[in-house]
Amino acid sequence: MDAQDKLYSETIKGFWRENPVFVQLLGLCPALAVTNSAINGLAMGGATAFVLLGSSILVSLFRNLIPKQVRITSFIIIIATFVTVADLSLQALLPTVHKELGAFIALIVVNCLILGRQEAFASRNRFPYAVGDAAGMAVGFTFALVLVGGIREILGNGSLFGLSLFGESFEPWVIMILPPGGFLTLGVLLIIFAQVKKSREKRSALEAGKEAA
Amino acid sequence: MGDFFWIFISAAIINNFTLSYFLGLCPFFGVSKKIDTAFRLGLANIFVLLITSVCAWFLNTYVLPHAEYLRLMTFIVVIASSVQFVEMAIKKLSPALFRALGLFLPLITTNCAILGLALFQTNRGYTFAQGIFYALGAGVGLTLALVLMAGIREESELSEVPDVIQGAAMSFLIAGILSMAFMGFAGLFSGT
Repeated sequence: MDAQDKLYSETIKGFWRENPVFVQLLGLCPALAVTNSAINGLAMGGATAFVLLGSSILVSLFRNLIPKQVRITSFIIIIATFVTVADLSLQALLPTVHKELGAFIALIVVNCLILGRQEAFASRNRFPYAVGDAAGMAVGFTFALVLVGGIREILGNGSLFGLSLFGESFEPWVIMILPPGGFLTLGVLLIIFAQVKKSREKRSALEAGKEAA
Repeated sequence: MGDFFWIFISAAIINNFTLSYFLGLCPFFGVSKKIDTAFRLGLANIFVLLITSVCAWFLNTYVLPHAEYLRLMTFIVVIASSVQFVEMAIKKLSPALFRALGLFLPLITTNCAILGLALFQTNRGYTFAQGIFYALGAGVGLTLALVLMAGIREESELSEVPDVIQGAAMSFLIAGILSMAFMGFAGLFSGT
C-alpha cells in the first residue's frame, strides 16, 4: 500500500468502519449528555474535533521526545491545554453555546476517545497519518453527535437546528430531550446498525456460496 | 443540617450522576456484569470522590484564585496523584481493603464522574462540608446505579434476546428505562 492509500484509509476509517461512538462505544458521556439538540451536538463535536486534532498533531510531532514512562501524563497535559483553550474561546466567542454545554466542555479532557487515539495512534505514527486519523475520528464523532442530537430534537421538540418542522399540531415526546431519551436513542440506533450489518453479512455469505457452487 | 441532607439526596437520587448527567458511563457499561464487582467498584468510586472533593476544595480555596486558567490541568494532576498516594497508604495499612478496592482505583482516577464532581462543586461554590456531602451523595448514587444495572444484567443473562439487541444495545435500553425510573424522583425536592 503506498503512502497516499494509507493516508486515505486511515482518514476514512473513523467515519464509519471504526466510528468512535457507534462501533467503539467511546466518548459516550458527551455523546449522550449534550445531544438534546442537533446544534448542541454540532458544537460539542466541533470542540472535540479541535482538541483531538490539536493534541494529535502535538503528540505525533513530539512522539520521539516523550519518554515512555510518562507518556500518559504528558498526553493528558497536552489534551488539558487544548481543552482550556477551547473552553475559554467558546466562553468569549459563543457565550450562549458555552452556557448550554456547561461543564461538559471541560469534561472533554476525560473523553476516552481522545486519550485513546493518542495512545493507540498519534504516538506511533508519522505526522500526516496522525492528522488524517484525528480528522477522520473527529468527523465520525461529530456525525454521531449530530445524528443523535437531531433525532432527539426532532422527536422531543419537533424541530431541527432550531427550525420548527411539524407546526402547531405536533405533540413533542418530551422524554426524548430528557436524559432517558439519550440512552434510548443510542440503543435503538445500535440495534438498527447491528441489523444492517447482519443482513449485509448474510448477503455476502450467500453470494460467496453461489460463487462456490 | 437540612441543607447537607438535601445536597446528599439530590446528588444520589434526583440528579444521579450516571442516569441523569451521563457521567461515569464507561464503568457503568463495562464493569456491570456481576453485582459483587459492581458494588466494590461503587465503593471505590465513593472513596475517590471523597478524595477529589477535598482536593478540589483545597485547590479552589488556596491555589486557583491566583491562576484560574490552570484549573483543569491542576485538578487532573493533583487528583490523580493524591489517589495514587492514598492507594499506596492503603496497601501498606490494610491489605484486605486494598484487595477489595485496589484494582479499580487506577481505573477510575480520571473518569468523567470524578472530574465532573470537581467541576460541579466549583461551579456551585460549595463549602468544605457541603462538598463532602455532595461527594458522598454522588458516590452512593453511582453505586446504586451500578448495582441496579448489574442486577438486571445478571437476570437477563439467562433470557432469550434477539441477537441484534444483545450486548451494548440492550445495556442502553436498560439504562434508558432505569433513567426514566429515576426521573420519578424529580419532583421530590425543588431547590438547589
